[in-house]
Amino acid sequence: MARVATDITLPDRLGGWGVRWGINRMHYTVAAGLYAVGQPGSQSPVLVSANYKLTFDQLRRELAGRDVWLLLLETFGINVWCAAGKGTFGTLELINRINRTGLPTLVAHRTLIVPQLGAPGIAAHEVKKATGFKVHYGPIRAEDLPEFLDRGMEVTPAMRRARFNLRDRLVLIPVEVVQAWKPTLIICLLIVVVCAFAVRDFRFFSLLPVGLPPTVLYLVALLAGSVVTPILLPWIPGRAFSLKGAQVGLLSAILAALVMGSTWKVADLVALLFVVPAITAYFALNFTGCTTFTSLSGVEKEMRIALPVIILAFVVGVVVWTVGLLT
Amino acid sequence: MSPRYLKDVVTLQLDEERCSGCGMCTQVCVHGVFAVSKSIAHLVDRDACMECGACARNCPVEAVSVRSGVGCAYAVWKSWFRRKKEGGEVGSACS
Repeated sequence: MARVATDITLPDRLGGWGVRWGINRMHYTVAAGLYAVGQPGSQSPVLVSANYKLTFDQLRRELAGRDVWLLLLETFGINVWCAAGKGTFGTLELINRINRTGLPTLVAHRTLIVPQLGAPGIAAHEVKKATGFKVHYGPIRAEDLPEFLDRGMEVTPAMRRARFNLRDRLVLIPVEVVQAWKPTLIICLLIVVVCAFAVRDFRFFSLLPVGLPPTVLYLVALLAGSVVTPILLPWIPGRAFSLKGAQVGLLSAILAALVMGSTWKVADLVALLFVVPAITAYFALNFTGCTTFTSLSGVEKEMRIALPVIILAFVVGVVVWTVGLLT
Repeated sequence: MSPRYLKDVVTLQLDEERCSGCGMCTQVCVHGVFAVSKSIAHLVDRDACMECGACARNCPVEAVSVRSGVGCAYAVWKSWFRRKKEGGEVGSACS
């Protein structure tokens, strides 16, 4: 049986920082199975979690100085909530893992503490029927575990509620920006092609003065949608993410025009007001998957309405800009 | 108050006739959608539901139903372009 250290070392911190930036994010795992924290005995609590190392590190840090069992399910390096939604953090895996690790012979009690966010994947009554273990849903956040354990496994109402404060949103932003490389590449290629077509010259220094402003504006739109909108999310009016993003995009476009647009043609300004909000709305819509409160039905509805508008605004803007370049 | 998404869109249904009042739904829901009063669960904040499916999975008498999935634009986008399987379930995009 592996014994777990509860101190977080520099490599742990660097690894955790890396996955937040998308580095090795899908392969950041520890082996599934049963672990000992401290010197657990037959009466020690059993905590169930996922084998995502970022989760594992947060968990063991909160368990310093305690004697508990840790049962990590094979979620292939995915966090508890997402793995529960997918079913890998699931009833069958939990039942199998209990039996394979010999947990029933190691502990005298029959209670498992499962994180509340694991509930979408675990049917507590089925686990009880198959193994005799009662699933007790513990707090959502690892940081509440010390208080939960000290209270004799009592969960306060605050521990039961999903949260999405500024810090929760901030840690999710780097991956959003890094993962935008695909649309970024497409847009940059589009800019190069249109500019080259307009100036009929493919050399870098001929393209630069024409291509630089739209490239800068794209980056402004990207940051407005995937950084500014998530940070300001609760304070931007409206409920639909695309609508929130479009407002930030429109403001950014107006600001950009005031700062750098004094010599621009009317066509450029019109294009700016269409394209920037469209791109910002798109990236804001993408942030739905990061949040703790959007539903599948809601996102489907929003996409059916917002996507055609976003695409139309984008195409209109690009056409106006191209025509402006050619005349 | 916690942040809110669109109104009147979720597929969550509670059959109060079937409910045994065990309160499991109130324990697993992260948005306080349910409350038990007079030994029966009630939907007290249906629009806060994010369709994670925890309540339906943990209801021992199958009184709760919801089309569960991930409220993620990228996952929905991928599901539109994949041939939908029976039931057309939408998975996550994060893998």
